[in-house]
Amino acid sequence: MSKQSARIAFTRTLSMLARKDPRLFALATDSRGSAALDDFARELPEQFVECGIAEQNAIGIAAGLANTGKKPFICGPACFYSLRSSEQIKIDLAYSNSNVKIIGVSGGVSYGALGASHHATQDVALMRAIPGLTVVLPADGNQTEALTRGLASHIGPVYVRMGRGEVPDVYEKDPPFTLGKANVLRRGSDVSLIACGEMVYFTLETAKLLAQNGIEATVIDMHTLKPLDEEVILDAAAAGAVVSIEEHNIHGGLGSAIASLLAQRRPTFMRILGLPDEVLYTGTSAQVFNHYGLTPQGIAQAAKELLKVRKDEPVYYCAGSEHFSQ
Amino acid sequence: MNAGEIARLANHRRADVITMVQRAGNGHTGGALSSLDILSVLYYGVLNLRPSEPNWPNRDRFLLSKGHSVEGYLALLADCGFFPVEELRTFSQAGSRLIGHPNNKVPGVEICTGALGHGLSVGVGMALGAKRGRDAFRTYVLMGDGELAEGSIWEAAMAGAHYMLDNLVAIIDRNGLQISGSTESVIALEDLSAKWRAFGWDVTEADGHDTSALLAYFHGLQTKGRPHCLIAHTVKSKGLPFAEGDPAWHHKAPNADQLHAGYTALNVEGVAWA
Ligand SMILES: [Mg+2]
Repeated sequence: MSKQSARIAFTRTLSMLARKDPRLFALATDSRGSAALDDFARELPEQFVECGIAEQNAIGIAAGLANTGKKPFICGPACFYSLRSSEQIKIDLAYSNSNVKIIGVSGGVSYGALGASHHATQDVALMRAIPGLTVVLPADGNQTEALTRGLASHIGPVYVRMGRGEVPDVYEKDPPFTLGKANVLRRGSDVSLIACGEMVYFTLETAKLLAQNGIEATVIDMHTLKPLDEEVILDAAAAGAVVSIEEHNIHGGLGSAIASLLAQRRPTFMRILGLPDEVLYTGTSAQVFNHYGLTPQGIAQAAKELLKVRKDEPVYYCAGSEHFSQ
Repeated sequence: MNAGEIARLANHRRADVITMVQRAGNGHTGGALSSLDILSVLYYGVLNLRPSEPNWPNRDRFLLSKGHSVEGYLALLADCGFFPVEELRTFSQAGSRLIGHPNNKVPGVEICTGALGHGLSVGVGMALGAKRGRDAFRTYVLMGDGELAEGSIWEAAMAGAHYMLDNLVAIIDRNGLQISGSTESVIALEDLSAKWRAFGWDVTEADGHDTSALLAYFHGLQTKGRPHCLIAHTVKSKGLPFAEGDPAWHHKAPNADQLHAGYTALNVEGVAWA
């Protein structure tokens, strides 16, 4: 199993594309290191803009560059862009329909040990509620590469959230990738597991564990959170039980999006696995995931419990809550 | 166009503004009128634009960061031919694209504004885009004085100087008032000129109603290596004697009698489109 960091794959791909397209720009907010943009800045200084530690200004500058025909990618920690500059994202980018890509790196609990100030666990909820913005969470480096190529020719504002460390490859090199079109990675009729970002790999591992217990799971990579691939979710609900898994607050993210769709179109027993609505436990992201049961074992246990109670009322559930500890 | 002709047309645009606001029953009369001579000088005498081709790549860029002064902006865009003047009838009507803040669905509007403190950052991006693309156009950003309390303006001020954007002109409509009262009583701005100078800008102060001085300023910009800041001293609600300098008119509409008193004061018979 090979591993790579999504942000490194992103930067490598962007640099490659930018050598051929002088309109491609990278912007940083003293985040060259965290976004792995040092080489880009050295090699393509005319296509690089350092904005300093000023995320609001950086989003505005990106909108202005886009107005002059440039294709800006603004790259830095997801926790700061999604909150500090959310009004600039709403107005300068989304409302104004500016062709700017926000690359939020070190999202979720990538900076798990640094505390809640550095956790980006409400970004999807915020960004998803902004009309006109596309929201994407790639699962691994190979998908990030395909996504980056797609974004270079996509017109319109997009928020991308990726992690910091190396993650196992879910995909082979050059996987098919279409914005808004989810990937069904495995088919099974007992339960459907829908994940995004780094949780996709864990979810595939979960399906193997469940298969050992005779439970066949569908696994879906919902890389685009908005626009949501509704058809694939409605089809997945045919299993009668759906579990969503995300590295995000349980409010407003992937689980909420799926629940909102299913409640209105195809009510289905469901569990929403994610990070609880509390000041989070700190540690490496692996330690935080373990603490809250966001592991193949934890997800498998939640799926089994859901299958047990599917004839009762669906229980509001979050990994790490009291429901999980039995 | 000469300064006298611009001053005359500016009063016609003032008549458009008070008519739009009176018909809508609401609007930002005070700031729209204080900035109108600046806007008129830009649109009639400075900006290089093609109204029939609003996205012409080499156009000068103008941003109304103080988006609440939209009425004057729309009146000028209409008069310059970006959309039919008759459409001003729809200002602030349900479903109209001529809404209470600039909206880039309207031809000639570069970007949506309305939340204060955004425009200068976008202007820095435009000016930097021009520099990097070796394009000759200039970028102009009109801000309110109350707006300068927004921290993002000063982030943009630093960036503009850092990138030596001598193709960027920030204009401050220094009417001295904001909705709660004088800027100095709400949150003091002075010494404003010294602040911009300290941030590395080429600062000039002028009478924001003197169309001749404004024209001379914009056509005479020479300084290289630094962005330009014009502190334009203005009077809120300029042109309406019963409202001039009164903060209550920041967001207030004239009644029918006041509208006609306004036409008389402006020496304008009325507006053809209404
Ligand atoms: Mg003011």
